[in-house]
Amino acid sequence: MAKNAVLRSFAKDWLKPLTFWALALPGLWLGWQWGLLLSGAPHDLGFNPIEKTHRFLGDTALRILLISLAVTPFRDLTRWLPIMKVRRRIGLAAFWYAAAHLVAYLGLDLYLAAGMSLTGMWAGLWEDVVKRIYITLGMTAFILLIPLALTSFNAMVRRLGARAWQNLHYSVYPLAVIACLHYGFMVKGNQLGPWIHGGILALLLAYRAGVWIRSRMKPQPVASTS
Amino acid sequence: MLIKKPHRWQLPERAVTSKADFLNRRQIMATVGALGLAGLAGCGAAEESVAQAGTGRPLSGALPFRATDYQVADESTPYEAVTGYNNFYEFGVGKDDPARYASAMTTDPWSIEIEGHATRTGRFALEDVVDFSALEERIYRLRCVEAWSMVIPWIGIPLGAVLRQFEPTSDARYVQFITYQDAGEMRGTRSAVLDWPYKEGLRMDEAMNELAFLAVGLYGEVLPNQNGAPIRLVVPWKYGYKSIKSIVKIRFVSDEPETSWKRSAPREYGFYSNVNPNRAHPRWSQASERVIGAGPFARRETEMFNGYGPEVAGLYAGMDLIENH
Repeated sequence: MAKNAVLRSFAKDWLKPLTFWALALPGLWLGWQWGLLLSGAPHDLGFNPIEKTHRFLGDTALRILLISLAVTPFRDLTRWLPIMKVRRRIGLAAFWYAAAHLVAYLGLDLYLAAGMSLTGMWAGLWEDVVKRIYITLGMTAFILLIPLALTSFNAMVRRLGARAWQNLHYSVYPLAVIACLHYGFMVKGNQLGPWIHGGILALLLAYRAGVWIRSRMKPQPVASTS
Repeated sequence: MLIKKPHRWQLPERAVTSKADFLNRRQIMATVGALGLAGLAGCGAAEESVAQAGTGRPLSGALPFRATDYQVADESTPYEAVTGYNNFYEFGVGKDDPARYASAMTTDPWSIEIEGHATRTGRFALEDVVDFSALEERIYRLRCVEAWSMVIPWIGIPLGAVLRQFEPTSDARYVQFITYQDAGEMRGTRSAVLDWPYKEGLRMDEAMNELAFLAVGLYGEVLPNQNGAPIRLVVPWKYGYKSIKSIVKIRFVSDEPETSWKRSAPREYGFYSNVNPNRAHPRWSQASERVIGAGPFARRETEMFNGYGPEVAGLYAGMDLIENH
């Protein structure tokens, strides 16, 4: 069918580069806005550009993480297998935005608040991790992301073996829960944003729980003795 | 010999913008506005105030006021930032939500209900609570608990003078303020971010302090809705959330009244909420603050009582301000 041919060629030639640029777009936008701001031109970063940067990077990291968790359910529902080819790069993008989120917080908040002292910056980080629950949660989520990012290359998948790799990457579930809690504890009052993101995550996790339960209920094939 | 000791915050005469320059700036702004908005109509009175017939309260534009020596050594935050970057959760939790949605709020007619331990109670029209011919300008620093600050030229009247009109009795040890609530006009109150309506309070001696102020304007003009029109509290030695907006009720009470943020998260927000760089908030270090409108990297060290210690520290003599945060 012609439609299938189009889809096949899209999957073969377009899916990966398009995903790459779609994932890069928020970062490019932010860089462009900072360029405008620093050159004194009108920009969209508002009256508190650092705050806006933190929120934007954090939102983007969390949303991309949720999208990476939606890939498998999407495949199951649509039976479109090629989508699996971009799952790792989506997850990796979540790591890069989370890393940028952390670097912005270190550089634009703690470093400046410490009067541009690196020692003061690390002291500030430790104080925040110990004293502020949302920072504790955010740092935990980021640290859990690191091994996943480090093993997201073909060579590492081969070296670990598919089973060990999969087991390691199951940690994305608790990590995503922690990331949502980080968001929830960060905002003041009882805001909708964390509930919406947490609700989407709950749906994605419930889907997996459903799949797991169904696989357990299926009668196991008995090995034939004859 | 009379030695006149200037107020601590008083700027030397040379640092004050001359009235001619100030008026000239306004003239320029008015001309710019007129060219941009009404060039063809030949509108030359962009700054003229629009008063409601009968009441005399200006509903937009310039307010009459006299200057005072309540000043801040730093430059005032640009008008666009003061009116475009707001926390007014009744209109949404985004910083630009109030500027976008607060115009839906009806601020005229406006009345304030006075309740509790006072001789004169009941419902009063705003024009009867505030003498619009006795307004003054005070430039105060506003320190938000989110670790940012602004410098704002408010127009208004001392809170103490307003409260005394109602003759509070000796049982009135605290005063509670309550914000307007209307789900139709305030889209943010349709979700339970806080327990609406917004409530705040002061101890009576805090309310009577010379710095406590009720603002009806800023930058010489009627308060924009997003800044708490038509009347809001300004207590500059406390975190911004104490400075309750769009007040419709004032209650004189004998016990510490309920306040919205304390009810929402008592560990984080106390009744006093004095600016205190030594008490780390569970969300933000309060040691320093971002200066809004002064470039993306501008910061300053946070001062105890937001720099107003000489005027207010006496209110808290002998109190543990970490415990009573």
